[in-house]
Amino acid sequence: MNNTMPAIKATKKHFAAKPSFLRAVFAIVWKDIQAEYRSLELISAMLVFSLLVIIIFNFALDVEFKVRQTVAAGVLWTTFAFAGTLGLNRSMAVEKDRGCLDGLLLAPVDRSAIYFGKAISNLIFMLVVEAVVLPVYSVLYGRNLIQPGLLMVILLGSIGYVGVGTLLATMSVQTRTRDILLSILLFPVVLPVLLPAIIASNGFLAGVELAEILFPIGLLVAYDVIFIAVAFMVFDNVVEE
Amino acid sequence: MITVKKLVKRFGLKIVLRGVDFEVQPGEFVALLGPNGAGKTTFLRILASLSRPSLGEVNIAGYKLPAQAEQVRARLGVVSHLPLLYGDLTAEENLRFYARLYNVPNSEARITEVLEMVGLDTRRQDLVRTYSRGMQQRLTIGRAVLHDPDVMLFDEPYTGLDQDASSMLDDVLKTVASQGRTVVMTSHDLARAEDLATRFDILSRGVITASATRRQLKKSNLLTFYKQALAAS
Repeated sequence: MNNTMPAIKATKKHFAAKPSFLRAVFAIVWKDIQAEYRSLELISAMLVFSLLVIIIFNFALDVEFKVRQTVAAGVLWTTFAFAGTLGLNRSMAVEKDRGCLDGLLLAPVDRSAIYFGKAISNLIFMLVVEAVVLPVYSVLYGRNLIQPGLLMVILLGSIGYVGVGTLLATMSVQTRTRDILLSILLFPVVLPVLLPAIIASNGFLAGVELAEILFPIGLLVAYDVIFIAVAFMVFDNVVEE
Repeated sequence: MITVKKLVKRFGLKIVLRGVDFEVQPGEFVALLGPNGAGKTTFLRILASLSRPSLGEVNIAGYKLPAQAEQVRARLGVVSHLPLLYGDLTAEENLRFYARLYNVPNSEARITEVLEMVGLDTRRQDLVRTYSRGMQQRLTIGRAVLHDPDVMLFDEPYTGLDQDASSMLDDVLKTVASQGRTVVMTSHDLARAEDLATRFDILSRGVITASATRRQLKKSNLLTFYKQALAAS
């Protein structure tokens, strides 16, 4: 340990104008990726949990192969939702435990930049986990899940889930019961995203016409926009005492 | 530099601050002393724009809180007993992240300058989670001065530090104060506050009950002054 205290150089003013919104968002996303690359705590926990859920469902639904194919979309989204909760909790706990959330809130940036930065990081981690989980699902459930239409639904569903999840995780992390509170708050609120996501996913897996599943896809897009807009408007109030 | 008028803070039915009036001139070092639960941390969190006042006015560097919070935050450096640092990033990466958030010009040179200032330039590539508590607290101060703020707020900065680390922190605090910054520090440690501050305010039960400058107060009398102020409240 370096115990010496060198002489201080004469100071000059380093004060500058506040950073742009995008620069602040990028800084937060890059910081989260760097920290996760080092620890792999969040992604590994989500991944292990997802794979365990797949295996448990695989045994629990040890029914006819055809029946198993029909429930594939529901199982897929259940897995994403549970694993996502784990990731959201961990992502905000890292900020809270060492006071880093205060560090972010003390910065001279629009607080919605903090929300978008955290939400984008969470989305990236969720998409990484989904990219690993999908091929495993394809094998176990006998369906090719790597289809452009289904991938689009997964992206839209993940955006909505993470959009509202990041806001609720920020709220719950400030309470003593944060580990259980997020699940209790999140699942009822995120249902309008999960239901059209499951319906649209089922449609793509069943090979129905695109026109027949445009409605749930439209609902997904609408909920994504609504959730993100609401989070953008209320985030400041959520983080300030 | 800091003007607070009739500040009230409520959490539900509980009133934590009951009409605080407080003024700090540029370059002053004010030690805010008081027992546990007096409202010191709440008061500092309001000054830091982390908490909204229920009633009253707060002005820092000519900007109003909470309306002009972003302008205030650009001029504030805050140190608490929590590190506000990411354990899985190195010291350098932590400072680079905050330099981006504060839009610090010539950030690489400034990061080096700050790491030298807090005596951590040789450990700049090490992960913060491998640092001792004292080293983390020095880096926390480095993070707080990175954007060269006019006003520094210290909330119990000595919490959890051993004797060596506390002495080292004394040096860093003296340096920070000697650079012409306005400093407000909460502390339970009267001896350290006596050594560093130019003014002593006593906060008790949500109001400032007494205030004295170093000149008004003979050095040996801070403890007596503190006890008298608490007894009168």
